Amino acid sequence: MSLLEVNKLSVSFHTRNGVQQAVKNLDFRVDSGEILGIVGESGSGKSVSCYSLLGLIPCPPGRIDSGCGLFKGQDLLAMSEAELRAVRGNQIAMIFQDPMTSLNPFLRVGEQLIEPLVYHRGHTRAEATERAQELLDEVGIRDPKRSFFSYPHEFSGGMRQRVMIASALIAEPELLIADEPTTALDVTVQAQILQLISELQNRRNLAVVFISHDLAVVKDLADRVVVMKQGECVESGPGKAMFAQPQHPYTQDLYAATPQGAKAVESSCSEDILLEVNELRTVFPGNGGAAQPPLVAVDDASFVVYRGEILGLVGESGSGKSTLGRSILNLVQSQSGSVRFEGSEIRGLPANEMRPLRKQLQMIFQDPYASLNPRMTIYDCLAEPLLFHKVASAANVQQQVLTLMDEVGLDRRFVRKYPHEFSGGQRQRIAIARALASEPEFIVADEPVSALDVTIQKQILELLLNLVERRNLTMLFISHDLAVVRYLCDRVLVMQHGKLLESGATESVWQSPAHPYTQKLLASAVTL
Amino acid sequence: MNEPALMAEQGTSLWTDAWLRLRNNRLAVASLIVLLLLVFVCLITPWIAPYGYEEQNLELGATPPSAEHWLGTDVYGRDMLTRVLYGGRVSLMVGFIATSVALLIGVLWGAVAGYVGGRTDAWMMRLVDILYALPFIIFIILLMVVFGRSILLLFLAIGAVEWLTMARIVRGQVLGIRRQEYIEAAVAMGLPTWTILRRHVIPNTLGPVIVYATLTIPQVMLLEAFLSFLGLGIQPPQSSWGLLISYGAETMEEFPWLLVFPGLALAITLFALNFLGDGLRDALDPKASKD
Repeated sequence: MSLLEVNKLSVSFHTRNGVQQAVKNLDFRVDSGEILGIVGESGSGKSVSCYSLLGLIPCPPGRIDSGCGLFKGQDLLAMSEAELRAVRGNQIAMIFQDPMTSLNPFLRVGEQLIEPLVYHRGHTRAEATERAQELLDEVGIRDPKRSFFSYPHEFSGGMRQRVMIASALIAEPELLIADEPTTALDVTVQAQILQLISELQNRRNLAVVFISHDLAVVKDLADRVVVMKQGECVESGPGKAMFAQPQHPYTQDLYAATPQGAKAVESSCSEDILLEVNELRTVFPGNGGAAQPPLVAVDDASFVVYRGEILGLVGESGSGKSTLGRSILNLVQSQSGSVRFEGSEIRGLPANEMRPLRKQLQMIFQDPYASLNPRMTIYDCLAEPLLFHKVASAANVQQQVLTLMDEVGLDRRFVRKYPHEFSGGQRQRIAIARALASEPEFIVADEPVSALDVTIQKQILELLLNLVERRNLTMLFISHDLAVVRYLCDRVLVMQHGKLLESGATESVWQSPAHPYTQKLLASAVTL
Repeated sequence: MNEPALMAEQGTSLWTDAWLRLRNNRLAVASLIVLLLLVFVCLITPWIAPYGYEEQNLELGATPPSAEHWLGTDVYGRDMLTRVLYGGRVSLMVGFIATSVALLIGVLWGAVAGYVGGRTDAWMMRLVDILYALPFIIFIILLMVVFGRSILLLFLAIGAVEWLTMARIVRGQVLGIRRQEYIEAAVAMGLPTWTILRRHVIPNTLGPVIVYATLTIPQVMLLEAFLSFLGLGIQPPQSSWGLLISYGAETMEEFPWLLVFPGLALAITLFALNFLGDGLRDALDPKASKD
C-alpha cells in the first residue's frame, strides 16, 4: 500500500465570476522513500491539490467535489478538523516558497523549532533543545548551538529555508510536501537545498511531494513525475523515462519551451560602440547607524556595449545588477565614473537635459503587474510616449498605437482594455510595446521574463529576439536565469557583490569560465 | 475615428468595476438615492417652500405640526418645514464646498510632498503638523476677526482645517505608489514631474480619497453646527441644521418638534453619507478587485 494515495480528486472554487474547476479527477500516489514531482504552470492546480488534502484551502469559496486521499489507509478528506490537525505538521509536514515570511521575526529560531515538541508533545525544554540543535546540524547550519539563539533576520534566504526544513522535520513526519521551496532562491543556493532534500529523503526514508513550475529542477530530483495542466494530470510516470521521451503534447511543449543550449542565430552586431561605461560607482547611503552602513551597489563597473548586440548581465540577487542598469539610465543616482552614449557623457545630466535622451534609452521591467498604470487603457499607455516624444501626431497616433500592438503580437480589439484584464504574458507585451514606442536605440531589460510561466517566457524571448533583429536594437538583458541568458545573449557580464568579475562571448564563458564564481554559478545551474 | 478602433472591445476600468460592486450594495445605493433626493429638494427650495424663511407670524407663536404647517412653527411663528429646507441648503453647501476645498488642497499638497520627497516633503509636512497643533477654534475666530463674517469665509475656514488629514492620507498613498514600476517607467519615458503626478500618481490615490471625502462631509457639517452654536457661523434669520438644532435644544421640553425635525434631517444625511462611504470603501478596495 502506498503512503499517500489520491483518487479522483476534484476541487472547485465558487466566486462571483462563476465556478472554476481548479483540480479535475486527479490521481497520484507516493510511497515511502520516494520523491514525487508535481509540475505545472501557474494556475494548473498543483498547489491546490495538495493544500486541499490537508484542509488548507478556504471553504468557501473552495469546495472539494469528489475524491479521496488515503494516507496510511485513512481518508484525509473524511477527517474532522481536529483529526486533521493531528496529522498536519506531525505526520505530514510542509515547506513553502518564501522562507522570508514563514518564520516569526520576533521569536528566536530555536524557540520556534522546539515549540511543537514542548507544547504539544510534552518534552522537556532540555530534550527539545538538544533535538533541535541536532536537526539544525543535520540540515547543514553551521554552529547550531549559536544559531539556535539567533533571530530569523540574521540568516540569509537559503539558511532560512534550511531552518524551515528543520522545523518541518522536527516532528519526524513521514511525508514532506514542498511547495516551490527553491523558487525564491539563487541558483547556487537552490543547488544546495535540492541536494539537502535528496539526502534527507535517503537518510530518513522520507516521502516527498515536490511541487515546482520548473521541469529542470524536478528532472534530477524526482523518482516519479506528474504533469498538470488546468487542473488535470496530462502525463505521469517515472521521471527518467518521461524526460527521455515525453508522450503528451503539453509535456513536449513544456520541454521545448524550457530554454536550453546556445543562441541559435548571432545578432548582427558591429564593432561600433554604442554605450561605454567607465568605473561607474553607485552607493546607497545608509541611515548613519551601525545597522545600515552605506552600501556600494555598483563598484567601479566598466564595460562597453556594441551596437546591435544583446549583452547579458548575470548575477544573483543583491549583486547590484538592477542598480547598474538603472544607474546607466540615470534612474538611480550614481556617485562617480562615466556613461557615454554615442560618445557623449550622460551620467548625472539634469532631468531637462536628459529628457531628449530618454527617447533613445528605454527600459522593460520585471513585474508586468506593477509596471503598468492600472487606471490607463492600453491606448492611453501607448499613446503617451508616442505623443510626448513626437513620434506620432494627434492625427496618426491611433494608427501608430495599433501598429505597435501588431508588432508585439497583441490583438487590436484589446486597445481599449485595462491592464487588469490581461494575463502576465500579455501585460509584458504591452510593457514591451511601451518601451518601443519612442523608437529607442538602447533598451535595458530588467528580468523581463522571470515572472512568467515557461511557455509564455519562451514566446516573450522569441519576441525580444525578433524585435532586436528587426529594429536593430541594442539591449542590456539583466537576468538571474543562466539558461535564458545563454539562449538570448551574444556576450555576457558576470556580476557579484557589485563588481563585474568576468565578461566575454556567451559560449566561450560557458565553455571555459575563468573566474571561480562563474564556475560555481554554472555548475549550480540545473538543466534539462 | 478610424475603422479598426470601432471594433475594439470596451474594457472595464477599475472605476466601472467599483461601480458594479457598489451597485450590489443595497444600503449604499439607497443612501446614494436619499442623498441625491435631499440635494435636489434643497436646490429647488426657493420655488417649493410654502412660506418665506423670514416670514414671521408672532400671533401664531409655536404650534405643533398641523395641516398648514407640516412640521409646526417656531416661537416666532415661522414655518419649520421652510426653515429646515433652507437650513439644509446651507448645511449641504457647507458640507460639499468645504470638503471640495479640503480635497483640492489636500490632494495636491499630499501628492507633491509624497512624490518629490526629501527636504521638500519634510518642510511641507512640518507645516501640516504646525497647523494641526493650532487649536482650530482660535484659528477660525482669528479669520473671522480679520476678514469679517461671511458664509464664504466659513467654507474656506472649515476647508482649511480639514485638508490637513487629507494631505496626510494622500501622502501615505503616494509613498507607496512612488515605488511602483509604472512610475519608474514614466520617469524613464522622460515625462515631466507634473505630468507624472497628474496622469500616473493622483488617479491612483483617488480610491481612498473618495472614501475619506464622504466621511469628511458629515464631519464638516457637524463642525458648522458647532460653530453656529457658538455664534461663529451662520447668523439668524438665515439658518442651518446646526443652528436650528441649537435653538430647538433650548426649548426642547416645551416644543420638542423644534429639535426633532432638524435633528432628524441631519441624522438621515449623516447616516446616508456614512453608509455610502462604507460601501465605497468596499467597492474601491484594490485587494478585492483582483479576482
